[in-house]
Amino acid sequence: MDMFGDPAIWLPFVFASLMGLSILIYVILDGYDLGVGVLFPFATDDEKDKMIASIGPFWDANETWLVLAVGLLLVAFPAAHGTILTSLYLPVAVLMIGLIMRGVAFEFRAKAPAAYKRLWNNVFFTGSLMSALSQGFMLGMYVMGLDYTLGHFAFAVLTAVFLTVGYSFIGATWVIHKADEHLQRKAIDWAKGGIWGLMLGIGAISLATPFVSARIFGKWFEFPYLLWLAPLPILSGLIVIWLWRMLQQMPFENDRRSWLPFVAASSLWTLAFGGMAYSFYPYVVPEKLTIYDAASAPESLFIILIGTCVVLPTIIGYTFLAYYIFRGKATELRYD
Amino acid sequence: MMETLLLSRIQFAANISFHILFPTITIALGWTLLFFRLRYNATGEQRWMQAYSFWVKIFALSFAMGVVSGITMSFQFGTNWPGFMETVGNIAGPLLAYEVITAFFLEAVFLGIMLFGFSRVPRWLHTTATGLVAFGTTMSVFWIVALNSWMHTPQGFEMIDGVAHATDWWAIVFNPSMPYRFFHMMLASFLTVSFLIAGVSAYRWRIGGNTDGVRVAMKTALITAALLIPVQILVGDMHGLNTKEYQPAKIAAMEGVWDTERGAPLLLFAWPDQAARENHFEIGIPGLASYILTHHWDGEIKGLNEFVADDGTALHPRVAPVFWSFRIMVGTGILMLLISWTSIAMMMRKDRNGDGRRGVEGLPRFWQIGLVAMTFSGWIATLAGWYTTEIGRQPWLVQGVLTTKQAVADVPAPMVLSTLIAYLAVYVILLGAYITVIFYLARRAAQGKSIEFGVSPSVRAQSRIVAEE
Ligand code: HDD
Ligand code: HEM
Ligand code: HEM
Repeated sequence: MDMFGDPAIWLPFVFASLMGLSILIYVILDGYDLGVGVLFPFATDDEKDKMIASIGPFWDANETWLVLAVGLLLVAFPAAHGTILTSLYLPVAVLMIGLIMRGVAFEFRAKAPAAYKRLWNNVFFTGSLMSALSQGFMLGMYVMGLDYTLGHFAFAVLTAVFLTVGYSFIGATWVIHKADEHLQRKAIDWAKGGIWGLMLGIGAISLATPFVSARIFGKWFEFPYLLWLAPLPILSGLIVIWLWRMLQQMPFENDRRSWLPFVAASSLWTLAFGGMAYSFYPYVVPEKLTIYDAASAPESLFIILIGTCVVLPTIIGYTFLAYYIFRGKATELRYD
Repeated sequence: MMETLLLSRIQFAANISFHILFPTITIALGWTLLFFRLRYNATGEQRWMQAYSFWVKIFALSFAMGVVSGITMSFQFGTNWPGFMETVGNIAGPLLAYEVITAFFLEAVFLGIMLFGFSRVPRWLHTTATGLVAFGTTMSVFWIVALNSWMHTPQGFEMIDGVAHATDWWAIVFNPSMPYRFFHMMLASFLTVSFLIAGVSAYRWRIGGNTDGVRVAMKTALITAALLIPVQILVGDMHGLNTKEYQPAKIAAMEGVWDTERGAPLLLFAWPDQAARENHFEIGIPGLASYILTHHWDGEIKGLNEFVADDGTALHPRVAPVFWSFRIMVGTGILMLLISWTSIAMMMRKDRNGDGRRGVEGLPRFWQIGLVAMTFSGWIATLAGWYTTEIGRQPWLVQGVLTTKQAVADVPAPMVLSTLIAYLAVYVILLGAYITVIFYLARRAAQGKSIEFGVSPSVRAQSRIVAEE
């Protein structure tokens, strides 16, 4: 228990958890709306409007979790922040430009002259794709320890593709929940395709991760640790099988349980993320810098923690309020 | 390394300049929308609702631009200026974190309700959401300006092994330049929005869309501008006095004073020549600069030559950009004063049969063109103001603590150059699209057409809008 007495020990841990939590919330929430953007080319013009309507009230708040995540990295682990972001300089720039393009396309596609709507739809798609790919690329590079070799680069390209497919999968499950009739059936088909990408992605990262370092290998395959980790792949496998069977039978009568695929997809995400967090702990820059070395001064972290404890529940509260207000099938988005 | 520094600075300046354009609009426009909304709640008059429903669209567009460019800002610290967080992260970190948790989430969540919740939530909740969004933007300004001001006038910390550690949070947040900067920025936002509303309304009016909604927006905007511009000039003056105390080198550059002098003239025009360390073509009002800054006609102003190291390197910023951007800001401010007061004078005239004021009908057509021309004047003043402040701080990033050079990332210059070009291209296109769309929406509204966002707006709604306009 002595350990909990020393703020230089538990504060970094708390902040690493908070950062992990906001990254997880981010990849689920912005994951689905980026995914919706990636699916754009497969939809007709009418369906595009509906898809936009299903994410319109939420995307801004979803993206704020990214700001929080990078903010926490910045404030809690300043030393790691510089190392990670400078070595990901170009993919970050691609991500930024992608997010800019899709964020503004939301507004412009509805407000610009009708003739330009197609153009802004394309901008929306391209921006979503750029964002998803660059995030996947960064994930791959991060897993590989942030140094650029040909092999690592190739791996990162692979994760870029898989994460994008994964996002479009969770996007499709969101559309299943928010749409009806034809579009819903289409989304079910998208989900059936996307689930493969997700599995390949999780599989690839799971296969590669233990071989990046002996330490992680030990955590995965040596005896007592093996038991800790075992539930993750087993649970994930069960969820995938369950999801797969459910998708075969959807849509259910009266649209019952249309939210289930989304919830299942989010759980998969969470499990995969948990596995990653488990493997990399206590490092924030893989194999180079632990969260304890990189942390800010305890008194600064403490000041933030107080605010976070007060504000985070409030944020979660009004996020639920927003999802509650815009519950149900997406209808036209109107200002009045 | 030098090139990386220069390119990173240009990139940072480009990104922050692009970002600040949109907050400047959303901060005050949020409050303005709340005002429209409350007036509508109180009077039930359609014209307030018309004003609300037109400007909320501009708000949504500006907000999206602000958010996405803001995200770029928060990544910049890591990609280009790692030295910044490594040195002063213990102070900058909590301020930025509070901005995210108290401001960004509030805005982002309630924005959805504000924009799309009108017919889904009760009236009080929609009004509250509008108010919370406005409050959120103001909280953003509070925290980010606290940080920025601290970088200009740092206090409340101690340096341990080259890293700043906070000792007094109150002193950090309410550092000496913070109150001035905060109010000056808030007022800048209200002025920017006032001239934006006045300009776009004048444009709608000119092309024949002079509805009650347009009139009421224009009147609100012009009255706000006329009331706030004197306050802004006063606050600006106090801001300058504060700067004189804490960053005398910046003041010397703003005033173009090379040798410490008494009774320094207020230079209306000059060509500062850094190599020769003197001004060419000076035109000035004798003694006025001293008077403004010290309130004595023969008060002393420290000259730039006091800020030169023994080996001759300048410890003051480059003079010409500071000198000129300051004049652009003040010039725009004075123009705003003239235009808003003249407008009010015209609106106060008795109308033809002598039993009332003319109101916005009293503004002649040529005057409306003037207002259209002033649409984005607030942006110009705001940018010029920030350039004065920020360039005037160089070579320091955090005054007396950290130089810009020490903070820069060691990424290869071609990499920075390529991202810089990409950002610039995106910004130019988006800025063009933004301005075009604002005037496009104004034209649609003037023609009484629906300017709705939406999935096939229902017939009912469409007919209602046509009827309203
Ligand atoms: C609509 C915008 C606007 C207008 C009309 C003015 N300003 Fe301003 N000014 C700003 C917008 C602004 C700004 C962008 O908001 C700045 C940059 C940083 C800050 O806090 O405010 C600023 C900075 C700034 C500074 C620099 C502070 C420093 O040294 O760090 C001074 C001395 C003034 N202003 C003074 C004035 C005066 C005397 C004005 C009289 C006409 C004036 N400003 C009009
Ligand atoms: C309040 C938040 C702000 C922070 C934390 C901030 C921080 C910084 C930083 C880190 C730099 C150093 C990089 C450089 O030298 O280019 C800088 C410089 C600069 N900033 Fe700011 N800034 C803020 C607001 C603004 C705004 C709103 C503007 C303009 C609209 C602005 C304009 C500039 C310019 C032009 C430079 C370049 C100065 C030079 O390189 O000579 N800043 N600022
Ligand atoms: C280096 C400096 C800055 C950083 C890192 C930064 C960061 C950000 C971020 C991440 C957002 C998006 C928030 C969201 O997701 O909803 C944002 C929005 C905003 N920023 Fe900044 N910002 C900076 C400078 C400024 C300055 C100088 C001001 C004004 C004085 C400002 C005022 C705002 C406001 C009012 C918003 C919300 C409204 C909008 O999006 O238009 N920021 N900023």
